[in-house]
Amino acid sequence: MADLWAGLSQAFWLVLTFDAELMEISARSLQVTLGALIIACMIAMPLAALLAVRRFRLRRAVIAVLNALMGLPPVVVGLIVYVMLSRSGPFGVLGLLFTPTAMVIAQVIIIVPLIASIAHQSLRDLWQEYHDLLISMNVTQWQKMRTLLWDARRALLTAALAGFGRAIGEVGAIMIVGGNIDQATRVLTTAIALETGRGDFALALALGFVLIGLAVTVNLAMHWLSRTEREGRW
Amino acid sequence: MSNLFPLRVRGAKTLRRGLSLVGPVDLDLDENSTCVVIGPNGSGKTSLLTLLHGTARLSSGSIDWACGTQEARHHQAFVFQQPVMLRRTVEDNIAYPLTLRGTPKAKARRQAGIWARRVGLDAMLSRQATVLSGGERQKLALARALIASPRLVFLDEPCASLDGRATREIEKILTDARAAGTQLILSTHDMGQARRLADQVVFLLNGKVHECSPAKSFFTAPATPEARAFLNGDIVE
Repeated sequence: MADLWAGLSQAFWLVLTFDAELMEISARSLQVTLGALIIACMIAMPLAALLAVRRFRLRRAVIAVLNALMGLPPVVVGLIVYVMLSRSGPFGVLGLLFTPTAMVIAQVIIIVPLIASIAHQSLRDLWQEYHDLLISMNVTQWQKMRTLLWDARRALLTAALAGFGRAIGEVGAIMIVGGNIDQATRVLTTAIALETGRGDFALALALGFVLIGLAVTVNLAMHWLSRTEREGRW
Repeated sequence: MSNLFPLRVRGAKTLRRGLSLVGPVDLDLDENSTCVVIGPNGSGKTSLLTLLHGTARLSSGSIDWACGTQEARHHQAFVFQQPVMLRRTVEDNIAYPLTLRGTPKAKARRQAGIWARRVGLDAMLSRQATVLSGGERQKLALARALIASPRLVFLDEPCASLDGRATREIEKILTDARAAGTQLILSTHDMGQARRLADQVVFLLNGKVHECSPAKSFFTAPATPEARAFLNGDIVE
Protein backbone atom coordinates (compact mmCIF):
# COMPACT_ATOMS: atom_id res chain seq x y z
CA MET A 1 0.00 0.00 0.00
CA ALA A 2 2.90 2.30 0.87
CA ASP A 3 4.33 1.67 -2.61
CA LEU A 4 1.02 2.75 -4.14
CA TRP A 5 0.99 6.06 -2.27
CA ALA A 6 4.66 6.60 -3.00
CA GLY A 7 3.98 5.88 -6.68
CA LEU A 8 1.07 8.28 -6.77
CA SER A 9 2.99 11.11 -5.13
CA GLN A 10 6.04 10.48 -7.29
CA ALA A 11 3.86 10.49 -10.42
CA PHE A 12 2.35 13.77 -9.25
CA TRP A 13 5.79 15.36 -8.76
CA LEU A 14 7.20 13.98 -12.00
CA VAL A 15 4.33 15.55 -13.94
CA LEU A 16 4.33 18.76 -11.94
CA THR A 17 8.05 19.35 -12.43
CA PHE A 18 7.91 18.37 -16.12
CA ASP A 19 10.62 15.78 -15.54
CA ALA A 20 12.72 15.76 -18.71
CA GLU A 21 13.14 12.00 -18.90
CA LEU A 22 9.44 11.38 -18.28
CA MET A 23 8.48 13.89 -20.97
CA GLU A 24 10.85 12.26 -23.45
CA ILE A 25 9.59 8.73 -22.72
CA SER A 26 5.96 9.84 -22.81
CA ALA A 27 6.47 11.70 -26.07
CA ARG A 28 8.07 8.61 -27.60
CA SER A 29 5.22 6.42 -26.36
CA LEU A 30 2.70 8.72 -27.99
CA GLN A 31 4.74 9.07 -31.17
CA VAL A 32 5.10 5.30 -31.63
CA THR A 33 1.50 4.50 -30.68
CA LEU A 34 -0.17 7.26 -32.69
CA GLY A 35 2.07 6.49 -35.67
CA ALA A 36 1.10 2.83 -35.50
CA LEU A 37 -2.57 3.77 -35.01
CA ILE A 38 -2.69 6.02 -38.08
CA ILE A 39 -1.03 3.41 -40.30
CA ALA A 40 -3.20 0.62 -38.88
CA CYS A 41 -6.40 2.63 -39.46
CA MET A 42 -5.36 3.30 -43.05
CA ILE A 43 -5.05 -0.45 -43.60
CA ALA A 44 -7.82 -1.80 -41.38
CA MET A 45 -10.72 0.51 -42.17
CA PRO A 46 -10.74 0.19 -45.97
CA LEU A 47 -10.24 -3.56 -45.46
CA ALA A 48 -13.26 -3.66 -43.12
CA ALA A 49 -15.35 -1.67 -45.62
CA LEU A 50 -14.31 -3.98 -48.45
CA LEU A 51 -15.27 -7.03 -46.39
CA ALA A 52 -18.65 -5.43 -45.68
CA VAL A 53 -19.62 -4.59 -49.27
CA ARG A 54 -17.81 -7.11 -51.43
CA ARG A 55 -18.73 -10.77 -51.76
CA PHE A 56 -15.84 -13.02 -52.73
CA ARG A 57 -15.02 -16.64 -52.21
CA LEU A 58 -12.65 -16.36 -49.26
CA ARG A 59 -14.53 -13.53 -47.54
CA ARG A 60 -15.73 -15.60 -44.58
CA ALA A 61 -12.30 -17.14 -44.16
CA VAL A 62 -10.67 -13.69 -44.11
CA ILE A 63 -13.17 -12.46 -41.48
CA ALA A 64 -12.57 -15.58 -39.37
CA VAL A 65 -8.79 -15.13 -39.60
CA LEU A 66 -9.07 -11.43 -38.65
CA ASN A 67 -11.21 -12.32 -35.65
CA ALA A 68 -8.75 -15.01 -34.61
CA LEU A 69 -5.81 -12.62 -34.99
CA MET A 70 -7.38 -10.19 -32.51
CA GLY A 71 -5.80 -12.31 -29.82
CA LEU A 72 -2.40 -12.40 -31.51
CA PRO A 73 0.30 -12.83 -28.81
CA PRO A 74 2.47 -9.67 -28.92
CA VAL A 75 5.60 -11.57 -27.93
CA VAL A 76 5.24 -13.82 -30.95
CA VAL A 77 4.68 -10.80 -33.21
CA GLY A 78 7.76 -9.19 -31.71
CA LEU A 79 9.77 -12.33 -32.33
CA ILE A 80 8.67 -12.60 -35.96
CA VAL A 81 9.37 -8.90 -36.63
CA TYR A 82 12.74 -9.33 -34.89
CA VAL A 83 13.64 -12.24 -37.18
CA MET A 84 12.51 -10.32 -40.27
CA LEU A 85 14.44 -7.16 -39.33
CA SER A 86 17.56 -8.77 -37.85
CA ARG A 87 20.74 -8.51 -39.86
CA SER A 88 20.39 -12.03 -41.22
CA GLY A 89 16.66 -11.57 -41.95
CA PRO A 90 15.06 -10.58 -45.28
CA PHE A 91 14.74 -6.91 -44.25
CA GLY A 92 17.98 -6.69 -42.25
CA VAL A 93 19.51 -4.43 -44.86
CA LEU A 94 17.08 -1.67 -43.86
CA GLY A 95 18.69 -1.41 -40.42
CA LEU A 96 15.39 -0.91 -38.65
CA LEU A 97 15.87 -3.22 -35.69
CA PHE A 98 16.01 -1.40 -32.32
CA THR A 99 14.46 1.75 -33.78
CA PRO A 100 11.04 3.34 -33.15
CA THR A 101 10.11 2.33 -36.71
CA ALA A 102 10.48 -1.34 -35.80
CA MET A 103 8.23 -0.73 -32.80
CA VAL A 104 5.63 0.91 -35.05
CA ILE A 105 5.75 -2.08 -37.44
CA ALA A 106 5.17 -4.53 -34.60
CA GLN A 107 2.29 -2.48 -33.19
CA VAL A 108 0.66 -2.14 -36.61
CA ILE A 109 0.68 -5.93 -37.00
CA ILE A 110 -0.86 -6.34 -33.56
CA ILE A 111 -3.66 -3.77 -33.89
CA VAL A 112 -4.72 -4.10 -37.56
CA PRO A 113 -6.82 -7.26 -36.93
CA LEU A 114 -8.39 -5.70 -33.84
CA ILE A 115 -9.38 -2.46 -35.60
CA ALA A 116 -10.49 -4.27 -38.76
CA SER A 117 -12.70 -6.71 -36.83
CA ILE A 118 -14.42 -4.07 -34.72
CA ALA A 119 -14.80 -1.74 -37.72
CA HIS A 120 -16.21 -4.59 -39.81
CA GLN A 121 -18.98 -5.22 -37.26
CA SER A 122 -20.12 -1.59 -37.45
CA LEU A 123 -19.79 -1.33 -41.21
CA ARG A 124 -21.62 -4.62 -41.79
CA ASP A 125 -24.60 -3.36 -39.76
CA LEU A 126 -24.61 -0.06 -41.62
CA TRP A 127 -24.31 -1.85 -44.96
CA GLN A 128 -27.44 -3.87 -44.15
CA GLU A 129 -29.25 -0.58 -43.51
CA TYR A 130 -27.93 1.13 -46.66
CA HIS A 131 -27.84 -1.86 -49.01
CA ASP A 132 -31.08 -1.33 -50.94
CA LEU A 133 -30.57 2.42 -51.30
CA LEU A 134 -27.00 2.22 -52.55
CA ILE A 135 -27.75 -0.67 -54.90
CA SER A 136 -30.72 1.24 -56.33
CA MET A 137 -28.44 4.24 -56.90
CA ASN A 138 -26.07 2.09 -58.90
CA VAL A 139 -23.04 3.27 -56.93
CA THR A 140 -19.57 1.87 -57.50
CA GLN A 141 -17.76 -0.33 -54.98
CA TRP A 142 -15.47 2.56 -54.09
CA GLN A 143 -18.42 4.92 -53.52
CA LYS A 144 -20.10 2.34 -51.29
CA MET A 145 -16.96 2.03 -49.19
CA ARG A 146 -16.52 5.79 -48.92
CA THR A 147 -20.15 6.29 -47.92
CA LEU A 148 -19.96 3.61 -45.24
CA LEU A 149 -16.65 4.85 -43.85
CA TRP A 150 -17.89 8.42 -43.66
CA ASP A 151 -21.31 7.67 -42.18
CA ALA A 152 -19.91 5.19 -39.64
CA ARG A 153 -17.07 7.48 -38.62
CA ARG A 154 -18.19 7.72 -35.02
CA ALA A 155 -18.49 3.97 -34.64
CA LEU A 156 -15.08 3.66 -36.29
CA LEU A 157 -13.66 5.92 -33.62
CA THR A 158 -14.41 3.17 -31.10
CA ALA A 159 -12.42 0.74 -33.23
CA ALA A 160 -9.53 3.21 -33.40
CA LEU A 161 -9.64 3.79 -29.64
CA ALA A 162 -9.56 0.03 -29.02
CA GLY A 163 -6.48 -0.14 -31.22
CA PHE A 164 -4.93 2.79 -29.36
CA GLY A 165 -5.64 1.13 -26.02
CA ARG A 166 -3.99 -2.09 -27.12
CA ALA A 167 -0.96 -0.32 -28.62
CA ILE A 168 -0.24 2.13 -25.79
CA GLY A 169 -0.24 -0.65 -23.21
CA GLU A 170 1.78 -3.07 -25.30
CA VAL A 171 5.15 -4.18 -23.94
CA GLY A 172 6.17 -7.64 -25.20
CA ALA A 173 6.68 -6.94 -28.88
CA ILE A 174 8.22 -3.50 -28.55
CA MET A 175 10.61 -4.72 -25.89
CA ILE A 176 11.93 -7.33 -28.34
CA VAL A 177 12.13 -5.17 -31.49
CA GLY A 178 12.94 -1.88 -29.71
CA GLY A 179 15.40 -3.20 -27.17
CA ASN A 180 14.35 -0.65 -24.51
CA ILE A 181 17.37 1.54 -25.28
CA ASP A 182 17.62 4.69 -23.19
CA GLN A 183 16.90 7.87 -25.18
CA ALA A 184 16.26 5.81 -28.30
CA THR A 185 13.50 3.24 -27.95
CA ARG A 186 12.45 3.40 -24.31
CA VAL A 187 8.74 4.01 -23.89
CA LEU A 188 6.49 4.09 -20.82
CA THR A 189 5.64 0.38 -20.80
CA THR A 190 9.20 -0.82 -21.29
CA ALA A 191 10.40 1.69 -18.67
CA ILE A 192 7.83 0.28 -16.21
CA ALA A 193 9.10 -3.24 -16.90
CA LEU A 194 12.68 -2.08 -16.37
CA GLU A 195 11.98 -0.25 -13.08
CA THR A 196 9.98 -3.22 -11.78
CA GLY A 197 12.93 -5.48 -12.58
CA ARG A 198 15.22 -3.10 -10.72
CA GLY A 199 12.90 -3.19 -7.71
CA ASP A 200 11.99 0.52 -7.88
CA PHE A 201 8.26 -0.09 -7.52
CA ALA A 202 7.45 3.51 -6.68
CA LEU A 203 8.93 4.80 -9.93
CA ALA A 204 7.37 1.93 -11.87
CA LEU A 205 3.98 2.77 -10.37
CA ALA A 206 4.53 6.46 -11.05
CA LEU A 207 5.19 5.69 -14.72
CA GLY A 208 2.13 3.44 -14.70
CA PHE A 209 -0.10 6.23 -13.43
CA VAL A 210 1.33 8.57 -16.07
CA LEU A 211 0.57 5.92 -18.72
CA ILE A 212 -3.02 5.58 -17.52
CA GLY A 213 -3.40 9.37 -17.46
CA LEU A 214 -2.02 9.63 -20.98
CA ALA A 215 -4.37 6.93 -22.32
CA VAL A 216 -7.41 8.52 -20.69
CA THR A 217 -6.45 12.00 -21.92
CA VAL A 218 -6.01 10.83 -25.52
CA ASN A 219 -9.36 8.99 -25.39
CA LEU A 220 -11.16 12.03 -24.04
CA ALA A 221 -9.48 14.29 -26.58
CA MET A 222 -10.54 12.06 -29.46
CA HIS A 223 -14.11 11.90 -28.17
CA TRP A 224 -14.22 15.64 -27.77
CA LEU A 225 -12.74 16.29 -31.20
CA SER A 226 -15.16 13.94 -32.92
CA ARG A 227 -18.14 15.29 -30.95
CA THR A 228 -19.57 11.90 -30.09
CA GLU A 229 -22.68 11.74 -27.91
CA ARG A 230 -23.61 15.28 -28.85
CA GLU A 231 -26.42 14.60 -31.27
CA GLY A 232 -29.19 12.13 -31.98
CA ARG A 233 -28.48 8.51 -32.55
CA TRP A 234 -24.73 8.52 -33.06
CA MET B 1 -30.71 11.88 -75.29
CA SER B 2 -32.09 8.44 -76.19
CA ASN B 3 -35.49 7.29 -75.00
CA LEU B 4 -36.05 4.89 -72.11
CA PHE B 5 -39.40 3.84 -73.53
CA PRO B 6 -41.00 1.76 -74.85
CA LEU B 7 -40.24 -0.88 -72.25
CA ARG B 8 -40.81 -4.46 -73.33
CA VAL B 9 -40.95 -7.18 -70.69
CA ARG B 10 -41.21 -10.78 -71.86
CA GLY B 11 -41.50 -13.75 -69.53
CA ALA B 12 -39.55 -11.93 -66.81
CA LYS B 13 -39.26 -13.86 -63.61
CA THR B 14 -37.31 -13.49 -60.38
CA LEU B 15 -36.66 -16.26 -57.89
CA ARG B 16 -35.38 -16.25 -54.35
CA ARG B 17 -34.14 -19.54 -52.93
CA GLY B 18 -36.02 -21.39 -55.65
CA LEU B 19 -39.35 -19.67 -54.95
CA SER B 20 -40.88 -17.40 -57.57
CA LEU B 21 -41.38 -13.86 -56.24
CA VAL B 22 -42.92 -12.55 -59.41
CA GLY B 23 -43.43 -13.72 -62.97
CA PRO B 24 -43.43 -14.74 -65.63
CA VAL B 25 -44.43 -11.19 -66.53
CA ASP B 26 -45.26 -9.82 -69.98
CA LEU B 27 -45.67 -6.08 -70.05
CA ASP B 28 -45.44 -3.17 -72.48
CA LEU B 29 -45.07 0.34 -71.13
CA ASP B 30 -44.94 3.46 -73.24
CA GLU B 31 -43.80 6.96 -72.50
CA ASN B 32 -46.01 9.72 -71.13
CA SER B 33 -47.92 7.66 -68.67
CA THR B 34 -47.91 7.25 -64.92
CA CYS B 35 -48.15 3.56 -64.34
CA VAL B 36 -49.71 2.39 -61.09
CA VAL B 37 -49.17 -1.20 -59.95
CA ILE B 38 -51.92 -2.54 -57.71
CA GLY B 39 -52.74 -5.90 -56.22
CA PRO B 40 -53.28 -7.62 -52.89
CA ASN B 41 -50.48 -8.16 -50.36
CA GLY B 42 -47.96 -10.67 -51.60
CA SER B 43 -48.98 -10.26 -55.22
CA GLY B 44 -45.44 -9.20 -56.16
CA LYS B 45 -45.73 -5.42 -56.52
CA THR B 46 -42.40 -4.60 -54.83
CA SER B 47 -40.69 -7.48 -56.61
CA LEU B 48 -41.97 -6.26 -59.99
CA LEU B 49 -40.67 -2.73 -59.34
CA THR B 50 -37.25 -3.95 -58.20
CA LEU B 51 -37.11 -6.35 -61.15
CA LEU B 52 -37.84 -3.55 -63.63
CA HIS B 53 -35.37 -1.25 -61.87
CA GLY B 54 -32.69 -3.93 -62.01
CA THR B 55 -32.03 -4.34 -58.29
CA ALA B 56 -33.65 -7.79 -58.27
CA ARG B 57 -31.97 -10.44 -60.36
CA LEU B 58 -33.76 -11.51 -63.52
CA SER B 59 -33.97 -15.31 -63.34
CA SER B 60 -35.47 -15.81 -66.76
CA GLY B 61 -37.08 -13.81 -69.56
CA SER B 62 -36.09 -10.36 -70.75
CA ILE B 63 -36.53 -6.69 -69.87
CA ASP B 64 -35.70 -4.42 -72.78
CA TRP B 65 -35.45 -0.67 -72.44
CA ALA B 66 -35.30 1.32 -75.67
CA CYS B 67 -31.90 2.75 -74.73
CA GLY B 68 -30.38 -0.41 -73.22
CA THR B 69 -30.27 -1.59 -69.61
CA GLN B 70 -27.12 0.23 -68.46
CA GLU B 71 -28.18 3.63 -69.72
CA ALA B 72 -31.73 3.09 -68.48
CA ARG B 73 -30.49 2.47 -64.93
CA HIS B 74 -28.50 5.68 -65.07
CA HIS B 75 -31.72 7.64 -65.62
CA GLN B 76 -33.80 5.97 -62.92
CA ALA B 77 -34.36 6.44 -59.21
CA PHE B 78 -36.16 4.34 -56.63
CA VAL B 79 -38.12 5.41 -53.56
CA PHE B 80 -38.66 2.68 -51.00
CA GLN B 81 -41.71 2.09 -48.86
CA GLN B 82 -39.49 2.56 -45.80
CA PRO B 83 -37.09 5.27 -46.94
CA VAL B 84 -33.46 4.67 -46.03
CA MET B 85 -31.95 7.68 -44.32
CA LEU B 86 -28.22 8.18 -44.61
CA ARG B 87 -26.71 9.14 -41.25
CA ARG B 88 -26.23 12.69 -42.41
CA THR B 89 -28.09 15.97 -42.35
CA VAL B 90 -31.20 16.49 -44.47
CA GLU B 91 -29.15 18.70 -46.79
CA ASP B 92 -26.43 16.10 -47.28
CA ASN B 93 -29.02 13.36 -47.81
CA ILE B 94 -30.74 15.29 -50.59
CA ALA B 95 -27.41 16.29 -52.16
CA TYR B 96 -26.04 12.72 -52.04
CA PRO B 97 -26.93 11.64 -55.63
CA LEU B 98 -25.25 14.77 -56.98
CA THR B 99 -22.08 14.23 -54.96
CA LEU B 100 -21.95 10.68 -56.33
CA ARG B 101 -21.89 12.18 -59.81
CA GLY B 102 -19.03 14.49 -58.93
CA THR B 103 -21.00 17.73 -58.62
CA PRO B 104 -19.01 20.29 -56.58
CA LYS B 105 -20.13 20.32 -52.96
CA ALA B 106 -21.29 23.96 -52.96
CA LYS B 107 -23.41 23.45 -56.07
CA ALA B 108 -24.86 20.17 -54.76
CA ARG B 109 -25.83 21.90 -51.50
CA ARG B 110 -27.42 24.79 -53.38
CA GLN B 111 -29.50 22.31 -55.38
CA ALA B 112 -30.38 20.45 -52.19
CA GLY B 113 -31.66 23.72 -50.72
CA ILE B 114 -33.88 24.27 -53.78
CA TRP B 115 -35.32 20.77 -53.56
CA ALA B 116 -35.78 21.00 -49.81
CA ARG B 117 -37.88 24.12 -50.37
CA ARG B 118 -39.94 22.34 -53.02
CA VAL B 119 -40.80 19.47 -50.70
CA GLY B 120 -41.20 21.66 -47.62
CA LEU B 121 -38.08 20.61 -45.72
CA ASP B 122 -36.18 23.87 -46.02
CA ALA B 123 -36.49 24.59 -42.30
CA MET B 124 -34.82 21.27 -41.50
CA LEU B 125 -31.76 21.37 -43.72
CA SER B 126 -29.25 21.08 -40.92
CA ARG B 127 -31.23 18.49 -38.93
CA GLN B 128 -30.09 14.86 -38.83
CA ALA B 129 -32.25 12.87 -41.27
CA THR B 130 -32.73 9.96 -38.88
CA VAL B 131 -34.84 12.08 -36.52
CA LEU B 132 -37.43 13.03 -39.16
CA SER B 133 -41.03 11.82 -39.02
CA GLY B 134 -42.41 9.26 -41.49
CA GLY B 135 -43.90 11.90 -43.81
CA GLU B 136 -40.75 14.03 -43.70
CA ARG B 137 -38.62 10.99 -44.48
CA GLN B 138 -40.76 10.21 -47.49
CA LYS B 139 -40.46 13.81 -48.73
CA LEU B 140 -36.70 13.66 -48.26
CA ALA B 141 -36.55 10.40 -50.18
CA LEU B 142 -38.54 12.01 -53.00
CA ALA B 143 -36.30 15.07 -53.11
CA ARG B 144 -33.23 12.80 -53.11
CA ALA B 145 -34.71 10.75 -55.94
CA LEU B 146 -35.68 13.77 -58.03
CA ILE B 147 -32.61 15.98 -57.52
CA ALA B 148 -30.58 14.24 -60.21
CA SER B 149 -33.42 14.78 -62.74
CA PRO B 150 -34.15 11.11 -63.43
CA ARG B 151 -36.41 10.34 -66.36
CA LEU B 152 -38.17 7.55 -64.47
CA VAL B 153 -38.86 7.13 -60.77
CA PHE B 154 -40.08 3.90 -59.18
CA LEU B 155 -42.06 4.41 -55.99
CA ASP B 156 -42.94 1.51 -53.75
CA GLU B 157 -46.07 2.47 -51.81
CA PRO B 158 -44.81 6.01 -51.21
CA CYS B 159 -47.72 6.97 -48.97
CA ALA B 160 -48.10 3.78 -46.95
CA SER B 161 -48.78 4.64 -43.29
CA LEU B 162 -49.00 8.38 -43.98
CA ASP B 163 -52.02 10.49 -43.04
CA GLY B 164 -54.24 12.28 -45.57
CA ARG B 165 -52.39 15.59 -45.40
CA ALA B 166 -48.95 14.02 -45.92
CA THR B 167 -50.37 11.87 -48.73
CA ARG B 168 -51.71 14.97 -50.48
CA GLU B 169 -48.37 16.73 -50.14
CA ILE B 170 -46.52 13.71 -51.58
CA GLU B 171 -48.99 13.48 -54.46
CA LYS B 172 -48.47 17.17 -55.21
CA ILE B 173 -44.70 16.58 -55.45
CA LEU B 174 -45.34 13.61 -57.73
CA THR B 175 -47.70 15.50 -60.05
CA ASP B 176 -45.19 18.37 -60.23
CA ALA B 177 -42.44 15.90 -61.12
CA ARG B 178 -44.73 14.35 -63.71
CA ALA B 179 -45.42 17.78 -65.20
CA ALA B 180 -41.67 18.39 -65.37
CA GLY B 181 -41.29 15.29 -67.53
CA THR B 182 -40.39 12.57 -65.03
CA GLN B 183 -42.23 9.33 -65.65
CA LEU B 184 -43.53 7.46 -62.60
CA ILE B 185 -44.13 3.79 -61.91
CA LEU B 186 -45.59 3.34 -58.46
CA SER B 187 -47.27 0.66 -56.42
CA THR B 188 -50.06 1.45 -54.01
CA HIS B 189 -52.85 -0.04 -51.93
CA ASP B 190 -54.71 3.24 -51.96
CA MET B 191 -57.32 3.04 -54.72
CA GLY B 192 -58.09 6.74 -54.38
CA GLN B 193 -54.46 7.52 -55.05
CA ALA B 194 -54.38 5.09 -57.96
CA ARG B 195 -57.41 6.85 -59.49
CA ARG B 196 -55.85 10.28 -58.98
CA LEU B 197 -52.42 9.49 -60.39
CA ALA B 198 -52.69 6.60 -62.84
CA ASP B 199 -52.67 6.82 -66.61
CA GLN B 200 -52.10 3.11 -66.85
CA VAL B 201 -52.87 0.37 -64.30
CA VAL B 202 -51.10 -2.94 -63.87
CA PHE B 203 -53.13 -5.36 -61.73
CA LEU B 204 -50.98 -8.09 -60.22
CA LEU B 205 -52.24 -11.32 -58.75
CA ASN B 206 -50.10 -14.19 -57.48
CA GLY B 207 -46.99 -12.73 -59.06
CA LYS B 208 -48.48 -12.39 -62.55
CA VAL B 209 -49.89 -9.49 -64.50
CA HIS B 210 -53.58 -10.18 -64.46
CA GLU B 211 -54.62 -7.04 -66.26
CA CYS B 212 -52.80 -4.09 -67.81
CA SER B 213 -55.01 -1.37 -69.19
CA PRO B 214 -55.55 2.40 -69.32
CA ALA B 215 -56.69 3.74 -65.95
CA LYS B 216 -60.01 5.02 -67.22
CA SER B 217 -61.14 1.68 -68.62
CA PHE B 218 -59.68 -0.27 -65.67
CA PHE B 219 -61.59 1.71 -63.07
CA THR B 220 -64.85 1.92 -65.04
CA ALA B 221 -64.93 -1.52 -66.61
CA PRO B 222 -62.25 -3.95 -65.39
CA ALA B 223 -61.79 -6.81 -67.82
CA THR B 224 -61.45 -9.64 -65.33
CA PRO B 225 -63.71 -10.74 -62.46
CA GLU B 226 -60.68 -10.73 -60.11
CA ALA B 227 -59.92 -7.06 -60.87
CA ARG B 228 -63.59 -6.21 -60.40
CA ALA B 229 -63.62 -8.02 -57.05
CA PHE B 230 -60.41 -6.27 -55.98
CA LEU B 231 -61.85 -2.85 -56.82
CA ASN B 232 -64.98 -3.72 -54.85
CA GLY B 233 -62.80 -4.45 -51.85
CA ASP B 234 -63.40 -8.19 -51.89
CA ILE B 235 -60.67 -10.66 -50.94
CA VAL B 236 -58.99 -11.88 -54.11
CA GLU B 237 -56.79 -14.98 -54.17
